[in-house]
Amino acid sequence: MKPLILLFLLTFTISSHAVDSRQLSDPKQQESYETLTKELRCLVCQNQTIADSNAELASDLRRQVYEMLQQGKSEQEIIRFMTDRYGDFVLYKPPFEGKTSLLWIAPGLFLFMGLTTVFLVIRRKKASAQAQVDNFDLSSEKQKKIRSLLEKGELS
Amino acid sequence: MLKYIIPLLLFIILAVFLGLGLNLNPKDIPSPFINKPAPEFSAPKLNAPEQSLSPADLKGQVWLFNVWASWCVSCRAEHPVLNQFAKQYAVVIVGLNYKDEPDDAKNWLKTLGNPYTDSIMDQDGRIGIDYGVYGVPETFVIDKKGLIRYKHTGPVSADDVQKTFLPLIAKLEAES
Repeated sequence: MKPLILLFLLTFTISSHAVDSRQLSDPKQQESYETLTKELRCLVCQNQTIADSNAELASDLRRQVYEMLQQGKSEQEIIRFMTDRYGDFVLYKPPFEGKTSLLWIAPGLFLFMGLTTVFLVIRRKKASAQAQVDNFDLSSEKQKKIRSLLEKGELS
Repeated sequence: MLKYIIPLLLFIILAVFLGLGLNLNPKDIPSPFINKPAPEFSAPKLNAPEQSLSPADLKGQVWLFNVWASWCVSCRAEHPVLNQFAKQYAVVIVGLNYKDEPDDAKNWLKTLGNPYTDSIMDQDGRIGIDYGVYGVPETFVIDKKGLIRYKHTGPVSADDVQKTFLPLIAKLEAES
């Protein structure tokens, strides 16, 4: 059953593409076009790349990328063109600098904090479990009583 | 004791961050244009397509550059404010008619009034890209030297005019 459910879910992960797909004659430029449109944010819809979005602005920006590639502009030049106009927000991958450092470091920091907590909790649990075992020191009298109780229980 | 304080602290920190996040407007993107020259263009005027207008023609005066379109709903809300603004104060407002049909745009101005000294046409949105336009309406304030000094995203309210635009314009007018 499980594989069937998985298969069912996977059928919906068809990658979405924008309506107008442009072809550049140079395969290298085509590759640049695909990567660039996937790295630039559509500023109207905010959580979509310009490759995914059907917003008017996204389509205009795709056209801009396409035309600049045709003019032989490099990827850096196009990214520069976009950030000059829309700021770093247009990039899905913001550059690493002072004000974005927290953004980049935070996930690692949180992972580290989480792992440390898990480690500490496990260690404490282990120590307390060990302590319980160590403290489990019953007098022989009590042990006898327990045994007799258990045996009685078996008989009844 | 620590057992209770740590989660409480974590909760407070989280609550503060979430609270700040709630109060941020994700549409407010810092403009990279502040104190940069207004990008050049030469575009046909809406009411006289044979004439064109460029920022160079407006050097020496403080002007507003307002991006609008007849299809834009928030522009409709903003329009009376601009009308009042233009009527009450001698302010130069240039309109960028963004990705619009000229006929629709003209009709719109005819019915709702025209606060613009001039409107220019940007049918394919290229001037819009040069100005980093992503959410119409947007309003730029440009100083006498042709530098962009302020950008307002979204509809301008009467409050914005009083509290932001008028003081800023007065300040820029005083500059040489």
